[in-house]
Amino acid sequence: MMKNKNEKTNIKAALTVATLALLGGSNIANAKTSSSTDESTWDFDTAFLFYSETDRVSAGEAIFNAKKTFEDEEILNLKVTIDSLTGASANGAVAQPTVQTFTRPSGNGQYNVAAGDTPLDDTFRDTRVQLNAQWTQPVAKNMMASGGVHLSNEYDYLSLGLNGNLAMDFDRKNSTFSLGFSYFQDTFSPEGGLPKPLTSMLIGDSNADSWDDDFAKTRMGSEDDKTTTDILLGFTQVINRKMLVQVNYSYSMVDGYLTDPFKILSVVDNNGVVQDNIYESRPDSRTKQSLYAQSLYHFDTTVLDVSYRYMWDDWEIKSHTIDSRFRIPLGDAFGTESYIQPHFRYYQQSAADFYKPFLIEDNSLPQFASADYRIGEMTAFTVGFKYGLLVNDGNELSFRLEYYSQRPTDAGFTEPGVLNDVELYPSVDAIIGQVTYSF
Amino acid sequence: MKVNHKLRVALIIPLVGIASGCANLGVEPWERDLLAKDEMSLTSSPIDSALDDHIYFSKEASSGGKGFGGGGCGCN
Repeated sequence: MMKNKNEKTNIKAALTVATLALLGGSNIANAKTSSSTDESTWDFDTAFLFYSETDRVSAGEAIFNAKKTFEDEEILNLKVTIDSLTGASANGAVAQPTVQTFTRPSGNGQYNVAAGDTPLDDTFRDTRVQLNAQWTQPVAKNMMASGGVHLSNEYDYLSLGLNGNLAMDFDRKNSTFSLGFSYFQDTFSPEGGLPKPLTSMLIGDSNADSWDDDFAKTRMGSEDDKTTTDILLGFTQVINRKMLVQVNYSYSMVDGYLTDPFKILSVVDNNGVVQDNIYESRPDSRTKQSLYAQSLYHFDTTVLDVSYRYMWDDWEIKSHTIDSRFRIPLGDAFGTESYIQPHFRYYQQSAADFYKPFLIEDNSLPQFASADYRIGEMTAFTVGFKYGLLVNDGNELSFRLEYYSQRPTDAGFTEPGVLNDVELYPSVDAIIGQVTYSF
Repeated sequence: MKVNHKLRVALIIPLVGIASGCANLGVEPWERDLLAKDEMSLTSSPIDSALDDHIYFSKEASSGGKGFGGGGCGCN
C-alpha cells in the first residue's frame, strides 16, 4: 500500500512540475505536491472520449485539466484538449436512384456515391489542439471575478477567445447573480479555398489541364473570419438544504462567414432527378438567445439533476433541450465506494427559414439556402450511464457509455418524382464512450 | 405545439412555487452539508460538460445556455 501511495504522489509531483514548466518555469522551485496539510492544492482530471457514428464520423478526444486552488480562494485552471476526427459526413446533396459523382472540397479528385445512398463526403480528417486558461479570484466581499483565454487550432481553423465573469452572492450566499461575457475570433481557411455561394460544383475530368483554372472560378478566396460575442446573465438560488435552482439568459451574436464551405444542395427537376449541385449560402450574421433552467435535488441518498433550455434565433430556429442525470450511490457493494448515474437527454429543433433539403430547377434561386440537416427539423435523444468509483484514497475513476440518435424529420417539403423512392432524412446513430480519472 | 405548452407549464409551476415561498428560501451556513457535496454543484463534472458541449455544438443548431455558446471549432 505504501508503495502505491508513493507512486501516486510521485505522479502528482511530476505533473505539478510539468504544469509549472508549461506556465513558464519560474516557480518550479516552489512546486510542492499537495496533501491535506498544504494550503494550496493541485487537482488533475484526465479524460478520453471516443465518439463513433454508424458509417460516418469517428472522433477521439483527450482532455488534461489542471486546477490549482490557492489558500486565498484564487483558482487557476489550465486545460489542454486534443481531438482527432475522421470519416464521412453528409455533403447536403439528395440520394438518387443512380450513381452520383461529386468533387472533393479541395478540388483534388472526385468521389462516387452508390444509387440510393445518402451522399457522404469521406474526406473528413482533422486534428485540433485547444488550450484554455482561466483565473478566478475574490474581488470584494461576496464577489468573485474570473477571466480566461482560449486558443484552438486545427488544420483549416484558428479560434482565439476571451471571457470574463462576475458573480455576486447575497443572502448568506443563498442567492448568486452572475454576469458573463465572451468573445471569439475565428478564421476558417479550408483546403481548396471558399466556394462562391450558390455556384455549381465543378464535376468532370479532374486530370484535365483546364481543371485547376475551372475549379478556381468556383472559389472566392482562401479564408474568412467569424466573430462570436456572448453575454450571459445568471441567477442561482438555494431553495432549501436539498434543492438548488439556476436560471440563465444568454444573448449571442455571430458575425462573418457562417456558411459551411463543404456543404452543397441538389437542384432537381420536376421528376426529382438531380440537374446540378450548388454550394450553400448562409446569412453573414446570426443572433441567438436562450433561456436555461436547471435544478438539483438531493433525495435521501440519490441526486437528481434536471435542466431545460429553450433557444431561439433570427434564422427562425427554435429548440428545446431537456437533460437529466440521476446519481445513485452504490455504497461499498463492489468493495469500494461507487455510484451509477443514468443520463437521458432529449433535443428537438425546428428548421432555419432558409433550410431546403433540395431546390427545384424551375424556381428562382433564393438568396440563402442550405441543405445541412443540422439546421433542419430534427429530434435527437441520448441515453446512457456513468459508473464511477473511488480508488487510491479518494481519486475517482469513471466510465461513461451513451447512445446518441439524431432523427431529422420532414418539415413539410413536397418531394417530386424519384425523391419519393430514396431516404431524404436518414437518422444518425452514435456511440459515446468515455474514461475519466481525477486525482 | 402541445409539447411546448406542457413544457411551459412544467417550468412555470416551480417558478411560481419559488416566488411564493421566497421568504423561506435558503439555508443557514451550518445547513450546507448536502449542498457542499460535489454531486450537488451545478456543473458536477466540468469535463463531461465540455465534451458534451463539443459533441452537441458540432451536431445540432443550438449551443450554450448553461455557459457560453461560443466558437472554438470549425465543426459547425
